[in-house]
Amino acid sequence: MNRRLLRARDAMDRAYAEPLDVRSVAAVANISEAHFSRSFRATFGETPHRYLQRRRVERSMFLLRETDRSVTDICFDVGFMSLGTFSRTFREIVGETPSDYRAANGPVMAPNCIWMAATRPRAASSVAPRSSSFGEADAPAAP
Amino acid sequence: MINKLNVASIFVLDKDEALDFYVNKLGLEKGQDVKQGSYRWLTVRVPGNGTEINLEQPGSPLHDDATAAQLRELIAKGAMSSLVFSTDDVRGLYETLQERGVTDFTQEPIEHFYGTDMGLRDPFGNAIRILQQGKVAQKVTV
Repeated sequence: MNRRLLRARDAMDRAYAEPLDVRSVAAVANISEAHFSRSFRATFGETPHRYLQRRRVERSMFLLRETDRSVTDICFDVGFMSLGTFSRTFREIVGETPSDYRAANGPVMAPNCIWMAATRPRAASSVAPRSSSFGEADAPAAP
Repeated sequence: MINKLNVASIFVLDKDEALDFYVNKLGLEKGQDVKQGSYRWLTVRVPGNGTEINLEQPGSPLHDDATAAQLRELIAKGAMSSLVFSTDDVRGLYETLQERGVTDFTQEPIEHFYGTDMGLRDPFGNAIRILQQGKVAQKVTV
């Protein structure tokens, strides 16, 4: 079971920028949708929804630090479908806005596998997903 | 002064399956394969490199049943061992591994300031990264 869940987590790591829903990721693990979310949380300590959010926010932090792309472009680059959802999620996880984060942080000089893990934000996963989607399709809101 | 890393160990769930993967898929060579009673000391190594990778399986005689079960859980969720290898041609190797039937890639070759690397997992969940060092990284390490 753990190996299949890891395969699903790896799939989220690879395809974070694509529209993903719980059903398609659960299919990678060959587990039913409801059982997948429970098992994932029991194994990795957070819901698949939250893991994907942190993966996307981690990539956006990288792009904010290392590139000149606009916040809006970065929002879509990492798989969010609305700037409002991106800004709210980023602030909730990182504790500051994307613009403030960019202003305070420059490039990181460390091997890829290290900074991917080291810079991935750690936040309490108390916020439950509101639907079976991963939140990409939330209605647009003010940033 | 220590002058060489002789053996490093990784945990696998099945030694025969590990040997097949690391030799026939990844391209390492078999090192030592010695039985002492029920214990099998099995190593692989990069061809031409003396450092042995010990393929260790949780269980008797090294672990009690409960410890072995915990280790198996951790291995399968990717929380135990990892290896980093070097190559002169990471993109060529990526194609070769695909031709050999490797599918469990975690990252296709991507360029970074220190070189180009890719990621995959062995059949049990252990993370493997393979790096082709870039010119900047070579200067830094020299």
